[in-house]
Amino acid sequence: MGSGSSVNVKYKYSLQKSENAFKAAVLIQQWYRRHVARLEMRRRCTWRIFQSIEYACEQDQIQLHNFFSYLMDQFTPSSSKERDFISRMFISGESYKEAELEKYCDYESIEVPDSYTGPRLSFPLLPDHATALLEAFQQKQQLHARYVLNLLHETRKHLKQLPNISHVSTCYSEEVTVCGDLHGQLDDLFLIFYKNGLPSPSKSYVFNGDFVDRGKQSLEILVILFTFLLIYPKEVHLNRGNHEDHMVNLRYGFTKEVMQKYKVHGKKILKMFQNVFCWLPLATLIDQKVLIIHGGVSDTTDLDMLEKIRRDKFVSVLRLKKRKESSRKPEIQAINGERESGADAAGNEAAPRLSLHPHSAQAPSTANRLEFSRWLRQTVQEQIDTCRRLVDISESEPEELTYSSMVSLKDVDELCLTRQEEWKQILDVLWSDPMPQEGCRENKVRGGGCYFGPDVTEKFLEKYSLQFLIRSHECKQEGYEFCHNRKVLTIFSASNYYEIGSNRGAYVKLGPDLIPHFVQYQANKTAHMLTMTQRISRVEESAFRALREKLFAHTSALISAFKAYDGDNTGRITLHNWATAVESVLRLGLPWRMLRPQLVRSTKDGMLEYKSWLDDLAMEQRSQEHIQSSLLEVIYRNRSNLETIFRIIDRDHSGLISFEEFQQTWKLFSSHMNIELTDDGINDLVRSIDFNKDGNIDFNEFLEAFRLVKQCPV
Amino acid sequence: MAEEEEGEGIILFLMFLFADGLVAEIEKKITEAFEVFDRESNKTVDVREIGCIVRSLGCFPNEAEVQELIEKMEVEEPGGFVHLENFLPVVTKVLLDRRFRPIPEDVILHAFEALDENKRGYITKEELVKHLTEEGEPFNQEEMEDMLAVALDPETDTLHYRDYRKKLVVDETKTFPFNV
Repeated sequence: MGSGSSVNVKYKYSLQKSENAFKAAVLIQQWYRRHVARLEMRRRCTWRIFQSIEYACEQDQIQLHNFFSYLMDQFTPSSSKERDFISRMFISGESYKEAELEKYCDYESIEVPDSYTGPRLSFPLLPDHATALLEAFQQKQQLHARYVLNLLHETRKHLKQLPNISHVSTCYSEEVTVCGDLHGQLDDLFLIFYKNGLPSPSKSYVFNGDFVDRGKQSLEILVILFTFLLIYPKEVHLNRGNHEDHMVNLRYGFTKEVMQKYKVHGKKILKMFQNVFCWLPLATLIDQKVLIIHGGVSDTTDLDMLEKIRRDKFVSVLRLKKRKESSRKPEIQAINGERESGADAAGNEAAPRLSLHPHSAQAPSTANRLEFSRWLRQTVQEQIDTCRRLVDISESEPEELTYSSMVSLKDVDELCLTRQEEWKQILDVLWSDPMPQEGCRENKVRGGGCYFGPDVTEKFLEKYSLQFLIRSHECKQEGYEFCHNRKVLTIFSASNYYEIGSNRGAYVKLGPDLIPHFVQYQANKTAHMLTMTQRISRVEESAFRALREKLFAHTSALISAFKAYDGDNTGRITLHNWATAVESVLRLGLPWRMLRPQLVRSTKDGMLEYKSWLDDLAMEQRSQEHIQSSLLEVIYRNRSNLETIFRIIDRDHSGLISFEEFQQTWKLFSSHMNIELTDDGINDLVRSIDFNKDGNIDFNEFLEAFRLVKQCPV
Repeated sequence: MAEEEEGEGIILFLMFLFADGLVAEIEKKITEAFEVFDRESNKTVDVREIGCIVRSLGCFPNEAEVQELIEKMEVEEPGGFVHLENFLPVVTKVLLDRRFRPIPEDVILHAFEALDENKRGYITKEELVKHLTEEGEPFNQEEMEDMLAVALDPETDTLHYRDYRKKLVVDETKTFPFNV
């Protein structure tokens, strides 16, 4: 190869000689195209980072469930208090019967002070109310709790009359607009209404689920959507998404938002939402030709079964992991439509009722463990009995009754198997994702639903004579994306989902010809003013920040991995080995060699001093100097789980848990994770929190203290 | 004679060892870059992305050269997909041979100056559009609009090429991962 300077001279000479604009143009184009390619690569890498972290987070959910299963198996409660504590984690949100709901979530007794300047609703709602709400929310006002509750009661009444699958026809309203995930991003909803017009007799809308969580204005979105639903019941259709689920809300922000905005009545409001979400329809069908569901379909999706399910029985679709001995029973808890028996009663009486098998060889602690498991199963057995009663009463078709009257006691579980099938139908429709490969397999990443291939789509469409599917559930850079040979359309309406500039939102319009027309947008003025380079840099920065945090959270594992490549203990490894080691620990499937320049600043002779690199990472994260770094690492790695557990423990949603409960949580965690957490370690933690004198911990403060509150929605 | 041959043999052997490690590393980098564009995770990419991938690996081919490369890879019809198996050897050779090296800063400066006939230090929007969409390996409309959006000074609608070039070069060096 010639040296640089002789190439320069050659080029200079020919340009100077002939001033050939043509050659100059080629050079500039060549150089520019290279620049654009680099930008594109950076953009895609950034996208990959966000997506892999998002899905890794959802994988945490599986870990959380594993944690609970572990509790059921292993943990020996040393006191009745501990037993109560654990049982509270399992007896998740109760579902109320009609009358109880009216009584508990009563709104009429709530007085609205004269000083309240926000919108006042009266029923039946009128278009003016909707306009008033939109204006109020634009000015950051809050709707009074009384009206929220009233609205929710009316919404529930209305939703109860709707079938599981809504039917829409384009012959009435010419065009139908379909919107995807909004995730609490009110600005996007405003933008959609601004560009497309408000719902009206001549403007139909379908909102395809995931209205809440992550964004900070989930409540406002729901209020607006429910209002329009009641004003224009024929033109506005809502589908349930996987985030319309109180268990998911505990983790992803909706619960927190409601409690922060409504300190007095928040609990009632949450209870109502729980009972409204389960009444949301599961799907919408346009002209019998286009099916709209939130997630997707599986190879067992059966529209006829879907139509017949009592959808309100599935308050939460999340469930505990299958147990080996009593596999189906824990699921009953999730689907039980009746109020579950309090743990208190069971907790006290369990011990005497149980007869221990002669496992005399085992230590007492084991016996306690068995006892505990048995107690739990006892509680669950009661659920099964309730389920039986439900089944006997609710299914009134003669065939079912005959069947049930013929079965023996042993086969009772089989009936609940039908419930299990129904549950799977809903789970698949709400949680599944399309994949490019053929077939249908379990969606292990999300911990629910499946991955379905183009062949599954094809068969499904053929079976029900449909043209294509519209779904949401996955963020797409352009706001929409086709797959499966244009038979599946993903529509996603939350722009800038990961970060300002990360993606556009979109909605799709369908006329009688059912040809989709897309409108894209990005709800942030700043995003428009930035050049592409600036936008990419900004999003990139955010992605790498999140990635560096993840690396920090795995410091110990990384050191072990690096050491394996550093036999001579030089403290250095090659960049090649760095990439391999990092992937083996984080398992995010990212192109580490391409990302390396942003993560590793200084190298010497192509080698990295890994200890100092990890120290630099730690410096960025550390906010509490005196906490031992290994503990900090543990907190970071488990923070989502921690937050979720805190919220479950905090049943009255007060934001406070007692010091004891706090300690118990840590004990459970450390035994499950096999972590060495000394009492000193915990005390250090506790000291760093500003205690209320009455021995309660405001866990929001705790999370904030350790910068555990996420800045951006990743 | 025998000694020389033996000496050569050893050198070749050492070179082979060295090259082998280097080749493996290069192949890993290429595969990573490839997989970023592999939408269906089935080891294929759209042929239209080949130019992008090769450029993001640090090469500066022009369009004709990209076409040349594509012809060496077997493109599967229909749909125009390239399989990693065909992509890898071609691009590995490109990187090992150090083809399509970066265009030096001063060369680009001269290229811009060549378009700036009156030596004003800037090029007008019209001139830029004319040269880049009609000459050389023409930009399509999207490429031209993208470049104008970033490069033009909005008040005067002109491109001050010294500043522009500096800005882009700085960006490059910050994120250029391959020091092969």
